[in-house]
Amino acid sequence: MVFTVAEFVSLADAVSELVTPGVSVAMEGFTHLIPFAVGHEVIRQRVTDLRLIRMTPDLIYDQLIGAGTASQLVFSWGGNPGVGSLHRFRDAIEHGWPRPLELEEHSHAGMASRYSAGASGLPFGVLRGYSGNDLAQHTNTIARIFCPFTGEELAAVPALRPDVGVIHAQQADRHGNVGLWGIQGVQKETILASKRSLVTVEEVVDELDARVTVVLPSWVVTAIAVVPRGAYPSYAHGYYERDNHFYQAWDRISRDRQDFEDWIETHIHQAGSFAEHLTLVGTEMEGDV
Amino acid sequence: MTETLKPQRTGPTTDEIMTVVAARELPDYSVCFVGIGLPSTAANLARLMRAPNVVLIYESGTIGAKPTRPPLSIGDGELAETADCVVSVPEIFAYWLQAGRVDVGFLGAAQLDRFGNINTTVIGDYAHPKVRLPGAGGAPEIAASARTMLLMLRQTPRSFVESLDFLTSVGNFEGGKSRDRLGLRGGGPGAVITDMGVLRPDKSTGELMLTAIHPGRTVQEVVAATGWPLQVSSDLQETVPPTIEELTKLRALVGAK
Repeated sequence: MVFTVAEFVSLADAVSELVTPGVSVAMEGFTHLIPFAVGHEVIRQRVTDLRLIRMTPDLIYDQLIGAGTASQLVFSWGGNPGVGSLHRFRDAIEHGWPRPLELEEHSHAGMASRYSAGASGLPFGVLRGYSGNDLAQHTNTIARIFCPFTGEELAAVPALRPDVGVIHAQQADRHGNVGLWGIQGVQKETILASKRSLVTVEEVVDELDARVTVVLPSWVVTAIAVVPRGAYPSYAHGYYERDNHFYQAWDRISRDRQDFEDWIETHIHQAGSFAEHLTLVGTEMEGDV
Repeated sequence: MTETLKPQRTGPTTDEIMTVVAARELPDYSVCFVGIGLPSTAANLARLMRAPNVVLIYESGTIGAKPTRPPLSIGDGELAETADCVVSVPEIFAYWLQAGRVDVGFLGAAQLDRFGNINTTVIGDYAHPKVRLPGAGGAPEIAASARTMLLMLRQTPRSFVESLDFLTSVGNFEGGKSRDRLGLRGGGPGAVITDMGVLRPDKSTGELMLTAIHPGRTVQEVVAATGWPLQVSSDLQETVPPTIEELTKLRALVGAK
């Protein structure tokens, strides 16, 4: 058996190779290390019909949904953290704009269990969950099972096996080993559960930082692209902070369909690159970046 | 005895009264799984006041977080920096929450019914909602597993409803012993703190009852703000107004940059 190591590629090449129309893609990062640059690149390449998987859709999926890239969403909490609604997410569900969005809705514990099962190569995950609530009536990937040893009734949820798993991390070394620290979310599970994976990193280093708490060996990663500030407006612990002002500003930018489309046109299509978008936002936010 | 502020003179806002009262409910040496927003502010006020040893857990995997300002999101960097440890999301929900290590679940909600069940999913029909809300997040399993649950929300006929549009997280379910029959290990709602008063479940029926009323509020007003015929305790208490210390610490916390 021969394994392949992670390949260093450009963001544009990685996305065109991996995120093709109709695939299922999980871009994870629990508030921290959200791979925004990848989301932008997917919109820029006008990929369609994606099955998007993510615990907290956050602004990254609000952008992808509003730009019409998705036909399905698997998720557990769709708000703008600390601010309010995700307007593009709501518009898609409430009015089918810009296209209908099929939902597969879970709780955080259920999604976490599904990722863990996927990473473990198991067909399903087990949890003490969903008992008495209405989710199981609307989500057909929730079932009740009985423990063969004690008879206790539990919930079963099928493993997540995304075609592509995407995360952002602080560092990769020159061999393609990926290191991250701070809030670690479901990053590791996402990479291990996915058939192929893309990791964007802040920088490439000779040796991973001593603060690294999660290492993903090069041989479980498909592609690495170096994208400094690639998690903005979320954050990369030790590199830059979450831009809470941008999260608040998004409420205004995304509320109206035309304002949103103008923003996507300017910040993604015309900007042409994530770096150019950052420069643009820097001017607009006046020193908040 | 600490001097109390007269609300009408110094004007603690209704949110401030609610937050101070909620903070008083959190016992010292308890493990508290905190939701974002007002519950997080209240839990941190408790930590700075009478519960210095409380362990605050956020669903981002931060255990023992001690933020100096209220985080905007459950995953702000300061939570990780001040935590005793940071674990993965699958770990926080499996090893810590479902395993029964959480004493208090501290949550908000959009809609609540008389048994303390909550809705954070949709207003209207699920397939064609009038308003799509964020959804479940960590709440269903927090409500299922924590030994007790504290809920915070503003009391209006739109939020305190006769019947939920969607049951996201189970409180006392259909009342009586119905929660026990679901096999949930946690104890269910302990108190609901609103901008008008405090509601607690009746021990036998499980139905929420008004047990305390905030200064300046009338029972009539609270009943009118409730979408079901609200039971009022025969031993109705009046909330002790926020003390100078509570209000000063709360304002310092909220104003901290």
